[in-house]
Amino acid sequence: MASTLAQKIIARAAGVETVRPGDVVTARVDLAMIHDSGGPRRVEPILKELGVGLFDASKVVLISDHFVPGDTDEGARILELTRQWAKERKVAFHNGEGICHVVLPERGHLKPGMLVVGGDSHSPTGGAFGAYMFGIGATEMAGVLATGEIWLKVPGTILIECKGQLSPGVLAKDIMLALCGRLGMDGGQYQAVEYTGEAIAALSMQERMTLSNMAAELGGQAGLIAPDATTAAYLESVGGSAGDWHGLVTDPGAELAAHHVFDASALEPQVAAPHSPANAMPVTEAPETRFEVAYIGACTGAKYEDLKGAAAILRGRKLAPGVALKVAPASMRDQQRAADEGIMTVFEDAGAQILPNACGICAGYGADRLGEDVTCISSTARNFQGRMGAASSKVWLASPLTVAASAITGRIADPREFLADAEGAA
Amino acid sequence: MSGRIFLLGDNIDTDQLAPGQYMRGGLDMLAAHCLESARPDFAGSVKPGDVIVAGKNFGVGSSREQAAEALKHLGLAGVVARSFAGIFYRNALNLGLPVLVADNLDGIADGDAVALDPVKGELRLTDKNQTVRLEPLPDNLKPMLADGGLVPHLKKRFAAEREKEAGA
Repeated sequence: MASTLAQKIIARAAGVETVRPGDVVTARVDLAMIHDSGGPRRVEPILKELGVGLFDASKVVLISDHFVPGDTDEGARILELTRQWAKERKVAFHNGEGICHVVLPERGHLKPGMLVVGGDSHSPTGGAFGAYMFGIGATEMAGVLATGEIWLKVPGTILIECKGQLSPGVLAKDIMLALCGRLGMDGGQYQAVEYTGEAIAALSMQERMTLSNMAAELGGQAGLIAPDATTAAYLESVGGSAGDWHGLVTDPGAELAAHHVFDASALEPQVAAPHSPANAMPVTEAPETRFEVAYIGACTGAKYEDLKGAAAILRGRKLAPGVALKVAPASMRDQQRAADEGIMTVFEDAGAQILPNACGICAGYGADRLGEDVTCISSTARNFQGRMGAASSKVWLASPLTVAASAITGRIADPREFLADAEGAA
Repeated sequence: MSGRIFLLGDNIDTDQLAPGQYMRGGLDMLAAHCLESARPDFAGSVKPGDVIVAGKNFGVGSSREQAAEALKHLGLAGVVARSFAGIFYRNALNLGLPVLVADNLDGIADGDAVALDPVKGELRLTDKNQTVRLEPLPDNLKPMLADGGLVPHLKKRFAAEREKEAGA
């Protein structure tokens, strides 16, 4: 039977030959990722109540990223509780090293073909590595940690084929905002979204991660990309291994729930108006909008390549008067690499404020969250009302390039206007 | 149990249900701010037995289960919507909060007197003498909801496993 990539991974994890969309199966979990917010503080009381331990400590990874840097008493207490739990339960632990979705692959925990659950809604990010990874809540995570199992309704696959190549100044983030606009935030129907086509094949792993990450905004359960030589090379570079990935593809003739074809070469940089990623429009059609805060942050929009692209636009330029640029690199490793290459100096010279490697403003945490009536342009994934601070604040979503260009002009700006003398920004 | 309907629109998200800035506080504080941006009168006036009826993609956004927990804490009998975001749907049932899908919400108004029967899959508009049919819960989830959610359900399972081991 011709199967989709999602069906193959789920069938293997469920210990059966084949599965069909709509089947309800119980699968063994290869890896469970938890963070400080939904992790120990919420799962441990449930494990205690159940009177059981972890199904397999070697298959659990804990990453502190929400309450980092612990600048309140409550945050510091939660981080300490998290640290203690990692020690007692003997699980792999990354503390203050960055945002979980970036740290997990960067530290070699992911492998193509794995079935992975994450205690966070942006868990589809792991799909960029050909793993079936999806987000669950804390109670369900406690159940997984206790049993090693999870139920799934086998999803159909929504194939998103991107033909052609992205133009300079257009990023994976722009693809996702455009898709949110076209398909809506429920376009994914809790099915498996799979990205394919020439434009996807040409993308780096970090750009692919942005696509998979925002499968969450499309309402997909997972956001898959079939592993290829790019995937294998990345995994080897971080000390992992891709294993035998060659069969991990959607077979020709496999039944699809939907097949959307887009021309990547025609895509312009996008922005999404408050308060939904589905309010996407080309930057060229955006209304004149001024803002006080420009934010380059989050697993979606502050990885090494995001920083590099934004810096290429900012180099030798200053922020517009009245604009505060805040940069929260997605991981310590990405920030270190950016610093080594002089990228962090560009942000500092432009007058940006550098924030910790954490979820920060994106999740409404920390002293920098948006105040009353503040307007912000942000490289993050979601702009729901009140998410990044006060209910009266307004967030426009864009790529890190568009955020950088806009921070210079003080109004929403097209990054392509700055590309002529910023080689390599795309 | 009967109550009143709160009628809401599409795409009610988890930041409206459980605003990030109150996530550090306890459940009481979070619940007090539940839906304040979409429906400022909600947290102050909701009573046990009330039901939210909403459009499509209810619970879109974060995996934070406090979004469902806050509704349960306020005594809500359940949520009926045209569709639910996947993670919220799983979270709600795991916490024992009934969530049911209805294709047709015609004739339902804000403030209608209502009784929700999640097992039968019925929303009865008691003053209007009208019954709205709901899609039945998936078979694999019925025993869990009957047990009151995932934790009591697993407790039962582990107890049975221990008993079996002790007997063997």
